Amino acid sequence: MSSDSQLTNADAQTTQEARMGGGTDNRFNSKLREAFGSSPFVLTKFDSFMNWVRSSSMFMLQFGIACCSIEMMHTYAVKHDLDRFGAGVPRASPRQADVIIVPGTIVSKFGPRMKRVYDQMPEPKFVVSMGSCTISGGPFQQGYNVVKGAEEIIPVDIHVPGCPPRPEALVYGVAKLQERIGEGETAPVTVKPYELEEFGDLERDELVTKLADDIDEDTLVMRYNWNDSP
Amino acid sequence: MSLERPRDRSQTVGVTDDGLDYDALADLLGDTVVSRETHRNAEAFVVRPDEVQDALFALRDEAGFDHCSNVTAQEYEDRFESIYHLKKYEDPTQEVSVVVPTSRENPVSQSAEPVYRTADWHEREAYDLVGIEYDDHPDLRRILLPETWQGHPMGLDYNQDKPQVVTLESHANPIADDHKEDGSDTMFLNIGPHHPATHGVLHVETVLSGEQVAHVDPDIGYLHRCEEQMAQNGKYRHEIMPYPDRWDYVSAGILNEWAYARTAEDLAGLDVPEYAQVIRTMSAEFCRIAAHMLALGTFALDVYGEFTATFMYTFRDREVVEDILEDLTGQRLMFNYMRLGGVAWDLPEPREDFFEKIRDFLDGLPEKLDEYHDLITSNEIFQLRCVDTGVLDAETAKQYGATGPVARASGVDYDLRRDDPYGYYDELDWDVITAEEGDNYARVLCRMQEVEQSARIIEQCVDLLEDWPEDDREIQSNVPRTLRPDEDAEIYRAVEGAKGELGIYIRSDGTDKPARFKIRSPCFSNLQTLPEMAEGEYIPDLIASLASLDIVLGEVDR
Ligand code: SF4
Repeated sequence: MSSDSQLTNADAQTTQEARMGGGTDNRFNSKLREAFGSSPFVLTKFDSFMNWVRSSSMFMLQFGIACCSIEMMHTYAVKHDLDRFGAGVPRASPRQADVIIVPGTIVSKFGPRMKRVYDQMPEPKFVVSMGSCTISGGPFQQGYNVVKGAEEIIPVDIHVPGCPPRPEALVYGVAKLQERIGEGETAPVTVKPYELEEFGDLERDELVTKLADDIDEDTLVMRYNWNDSP
Repeated sequence: MSLERPRDRSQTVGVTDDGLDYDALADLLGDTVVSRETHRNAEAFVVRPDEVQDALFALRDEAGFDHCSNVTAQEYEDRFESIYHLKKYEDPTQEVSVVVPTSRENPVSQSAEPVYRTADWHEREAYDLVGIEYDDHPDLRRILLPETWQGHPMGLDYNQDKPQVVTLESHANPIADDHKEDGSDTMFLNIGPHHPATHGVLHVETVLSGEQVAHVDPDIGYLHRCEEQMAQNGKYRHEIMPYPDRWDYVSAGILNEWAYARTAEDLAGLDVPEYAQVIRTMSAEFCRIAAHMLALGTFALDVYGEFTATFMYTFRDREVVEDILEDLTGQRLMFNYMRLGGVAWDLPEPREDFFEKIRDFLDGLPEKLDEYHDLITSNEIFQLRCVDTGVLDAETAKQYGATGPVARASGVDYDLRRDDPYGYYDELDWDVITAEEGDNYARVLCRMQEVEQSARIIEQCVDLLEDWPEDDREIQSNVPRTLRPDEDAEIYRAVEGAKGELGIYIRSDGTDKPARFKIRSPCFSNLQTLPEMAEGEYIPDLIASLASLDIVLGEVDR
């Protein structure tokens, strides 16, 4: 604050002017400010505050898998501009992100890698599953190599259906996620049949016995039981 | 223009004025040929599994078949079979196939890798999915499926319900020993499969010697969605067409659909009305523009690491193209617009508005391209990063079966739209863009100039469509409700996709579903050239080279 504005304090008319000083740029004098008057404090529960903060500044992981990620890029880009909703800071590292949008088909080779990326994100973290493939395997559900949905591997908060969902649909999904985070809701952690396990811990069935010579006991593995997945 | 000296055609075995003399080729191959087959696209020679290289060397060196465009593997009740589809870069209508049967008990045949480098990956895929083993192959291991996978899924007796175990191994340094000797230490670096610069889920195993790249091994298969199996489970008429959209999914959908449409139409003997051909040509070129725009945007993203200006500019223009395509097809990305024998529906009403929208886009395009040239190609930093980096020469490009802008930027004058005409392309006036430098800069420039050519094509199509008499607007020919091509008919056909030659092999078994459906993806072959371009360069040049290849993992892995 400049010394000029200090001088004008004496002429202050309203409480707000008394606080801000007459020289303040009136861009700062919002209606909200006026309503708060001379005591600009908001009382709220810390949890509500944190939920509001979380929902309004989401760091999204730059994570592209398949066709859906093209529409995801459009969602970040001009015209749809996800940034407007307080959810548009794309981060290249999972360690700096709290939302992962999973846009595409998960196949057996990629499943463990996706789990590793998810595990590297700090808590609390949220997952948006984008497109039919991520929900259920989509058009490739019958394939010999396709995991029937991301939820087999990581818990998902919001499903956005479509093949691919339009950018508008993804914006809607993210906005819904923000709403839920604002309310303090999270997805129940679903049962994850395909946890990464150490090879030595797997049940010794025919397959495990067959591979036993090739694979180290301490190796992390994921087991895909196509029969038991939905 | 091609860089090479034109081949003296009279020296080449089998070439006649109106195509190929297969008997002369058979004489050339002599005793290696066991019998002959006729495929819909070309004659095929059946060759003994231990004489593959002899036959291929003869065909390459004496008869000029320098392009091994595809290797198809399949299993029959009584044998395994590999088919090498050979073409000429000079004239892709001159085709021949080499069929190599082997027994089911002992499925071993000689590798074609010494003749065509591109066979390396193709044969690994054949081993992985079908189970044929190749003798003398330099590196026969699985390529698309994880190492621990049990069974070969495209084989006949594969049980899809069996559980599988997939490992998450840390990687060892594959050439560590080679470099310890001269005192220098190497470092192993994984790039991907989750990395913004790999354009999807590609894993590049890189060995660095200081700042330089000593060894690169692209590891693919993180998006192997069983596309071939999906197509084999679908009926010709309607159930296969949605899948091509998902190969090269960068809005290049209609270009891919055309690959399937062309193959299936030729297989089943269907006509396409002229009006539909014009619409196809126009919409396909829109897809090419959209795909090249994305290539440009992500290239800038990789080279300057900026998610702001250039990327947003290209996406602004893509939005316009997507809008037009949405008006036409009803979808933004997965168009599913072509039908066998034509297209799904006519242009949207009111037609004048639609044409006006296209004209507006075309009118604005030159200005926008100037903008891109200001922003990108004339940028000094960009030039420093791209000129003379990632160089690929014409001979190497051919050895790897590279096509599309990647090959054209290396001086290989090869474009199926002109050389093996389909659609309405041969009636229109446009140029094939080539460059001679073969570096990252040339590849980007090529794509930008191709956008201009696509715009020229679209403009001519719009003129044609505008004046098309109303009672002559036939969008589909008469196609039987159920298609059952002749039993044992085999065909390989390709179109010029956004990334290059996108081909499909189909074998019919007389039912309404294909018995074997094999996709030849340009990205698969193009990606194989990465080690040639990147080894000895710096890491940022590796990233730039990878970006300049413009790969789409959906198409690499299929
Ligand atoms: S849901 Fe559709 S668009 Fe999305 S990744 Fe799957 S196939 Fe592609």
